[in-house]
Amino acid sequence: MRKMLLAVLSRVLQTPAAAAAAGKTGAVSEASRVMVASRNYADFANEATFEMKKCDLHRLEEGPSTTAVMTREEGLQYYKTMQTIRRMELKADQLYKQKIIRGFCHLYDGQEACCVGIEAAIKPTDHVITAYRAHGFTYTRGVPVREILTELTGRKGGCAKGKGGSMHMYTKNFYGGNGIVGAQVPLGAGIALACKYFGKNEICLTLYGDGAANQGQIFETFNMAALWKLPCIFICENNRYGMGTSVERAAASTDYYRRGDFIPGLRVDGMDVLCVREATKFAAEHCRSGKGPIVMELQTYRYHGHSMSDPGISYRTREEIQEVRSKSDPITLLKDRMVNNNLASIEELKDIDVAVRKEIEEAAQFATTDPEPPLEELCQHIYFNEPPFEELK
Amino acid sequence: MAVVVAVLRHLAPLGPRLTRIPPHACAGGRLLQHRRGLHLSSPAAIQVTVRDALNQALDEELERDERVFLLGEEVAQYDGAYKISRGLWKKYGDKRVIDTPISEMGFAGIAVGAAMAGLRPVCEFMTFNFSMQAIDQVINSAAKTCYMSAGLIGVPIVFRGPNGASAGVAAQHSQCFAAWYGHCPGLKVVSPWSAEDAKGLLKAAIRDDNPVVMLENELLYGVPFELSEQAQSKDFIIPIGKAKIERQGTHITLVSHSRLVGHCMETASVLAKEGVECEVINMRTIRPMDIEAVEASIVKTNHLITVEGGWPQFGVGAEICARIMEGPAFNYLDAPAVRVTSTDVPMPYAKNLEDNSMPQVKDIIFAVKKVLNI
Repeated sequence: MRKMLLAVLSRVLQTPAAAAAAGKTGAVSEASRVMVASRNYADFANEATFEMKKCDLHRLEEGPSTTAVMTREEGLQYYKTMQTIRRMELKADQLYKQKIIRGFCHLYDGQEACCVGIEAAIKPTDHVITAYRAHGFTYTRGVPVREILTELTGRKGGCAKGKGGSMHMYTKNFYGGNGIVGAQVPLGAGIALACKYFGKNEICLTLYGDGAANQGQIFETFNMAALWKLPCIFICENNRYGMGTSVERAAASTDYYRRGDFIPGLRVDGMDVLCVREATKFAAEHCRSGKGPIVMELQTYRYHGHSMSDPGISYRTREEIQEVRSKSDPITLLKDRMVNNNLASIEELKDIDVAVRKEIEEAAQFATTDPEPPLEELCQHIYFNEPPFEELK
Repeated sequence: MAVVVAVLRHLAPLGPRLTRIPPHACAGGRLLQHRRGLHLSSPAAIQVTVRDALNQALDEELERDERVFLLGEEVAQYDGAYKISRGLWKKYGDKRVIDTPISEMGFAGIAVGAAMAGLRPVCEFMTFNFSMQAIDQVINSAAKTCYMSAGLIGVPIVFRGPNGASAGVAAQHSQCFAAWYGHCPGLKVVSPWSAEDAKGLLKAAIRDDNPVVMLENELLYGVPFELSEQAQSKDFIIPIGKAKIERQGTHITLVSHSRLVGHCMETASVLAKEGVECEVINMRTIRPMDIEAVEASIVKTNHLITVEGGWPQFGVGAEICARIMEGPAFNYLDAPAVRVTSTDVPMPYAKNLEDNSMPQVKDIIFAVKKVLNI
């Protein structure tokens, strides 16, 4: 039974062309294809156990486990998702340089393990809110690539009909996409208050960066979240730089997981999708059990500058960027783990890469050809559930 | 004659209060009845202070919809800094009436987030002066989100509290924010005067699916007004975006909001003795503004003054005058419109300076006579 499932899985993950070829072409190629196919489900392991970095703890007796089990299926899904986000962000870079995307564009490449690991640990009924570096979360929360890219190009097929842009993408249980640094943190605690109020065992994950971590309203929020035991996971994505200012130059204490003071915290390797997943599971359990909020610091890195108008090399060296790419890239880390533990083959992962590129190309094609929103949209949605203003004097 | 005058003097303290009874509730000859201290109310109407009207509105809406809750500084166990929420925490408990720490930006953001996730918060600012700490959450998080999300995420929140001048609280505690909040698309802004306004507008605001800023006035909290039988009903709502003609007139239109509507009514009473009949419009809503009501009135009276408690530059009056100029009513004006506003200074403390920095009845009378050229 399992072998059949694996066979189906491997066929699904093959490119359509390969799958068709497996059934159709000449004997030799068919034989080799069949050999590859049979290798897929006979030779791979179902799952493997991995060691992870231990999380630093603050006001916690124990932390998440340092070992995690990942199934082949999970691994392939994490890989595909991270790769999709990576290629989507690179496509956005390209479109921005062609001036098809305008305004602000804050890219997430390098940080994929954060959003993917987080989503793997929570339920679709949980709530997520983040700041403006939001494309990755928009995807993991369920918005298709096509709608994300089309929102970036400002067309009517965008997830906000072209009215939001890069920093204002939303979907069910995902509250953006927020442009004002730090403002999303009280919002997230408010969502957590609603979770507690409705009593459906849902939690809210509220993300902010190392730059935002010094905002006063975050400390106001910590206070109230702790006082009222709100089921909120405060997650600091520490990518070492707040725009052009390194953490050492901005924060008297760079131990962001401790900045919640009376709120317990943990510091997590944000480049390891499994570490993020396990830590988030741990944090979610903490919140759901009624213990109140918890802080998580994800140590991560962005390859791009702060935004598309920042080359990102005036405040850090190319060598540093290159070092992270070669030693800590989240996708490479996952790929190596899977191949070394016989969870997947290199060819299989390459096939996924090809499929992802194709999906991104098609999405970009749509995003660049979809028309702009009609002018009537200008005066729609000023108020909720009300007809648009007729007057526009 | 002397006896009559003496009687009048004796009754004088009752005078100002009584002039605020809405004229429609009184039969003819109301001036005489004011002086003699009679209330000529319709059968089941009662006298209710603005404070009690707000309290009733909150109570009724908390009862009606479980998603409604109140948060702010001192709203629960203290019964409200101005006692607006008296008794509510006792009745509804910690879940529905929440005391916050002194963290405007934080708790306003929390309230907005709760609204995005399906609750219907009433967020109290102890005064709107403190709302400046939180104004980013009101504008960027609450007002704009429906638009930015193309209608996906609504923010059914009410921000309420006292606005504008109080008495002797000096510069940092006396600012009027009608123009500030009225500037922003995505917000609704209401400014009640009477108890009926307060009750009906607060209920409407809570039931509205949009962020509503309700600008109350601390000096009005203790003032009783007549609440008609209709207004006492649990489903009494005043539509947001509609002004009310408080007094019919033919010679000039006085447009105002909040406490100064009372000043306009007094002005109208005084001028009526001189044969000048003022039409007094109570705006009730700052945004969306009911400019049609003003236009219709100008067609009748041909003269306009605006009266507000805020500063002149970029104020509510400026907006009204600009819109009148741009619209059909301009052709009906026989003289340029005049704005009566607070003096363009931070509010001073000394009583004489304070009194002279805000519009008084004599200032409004002066403005009327200037416009009418009498």
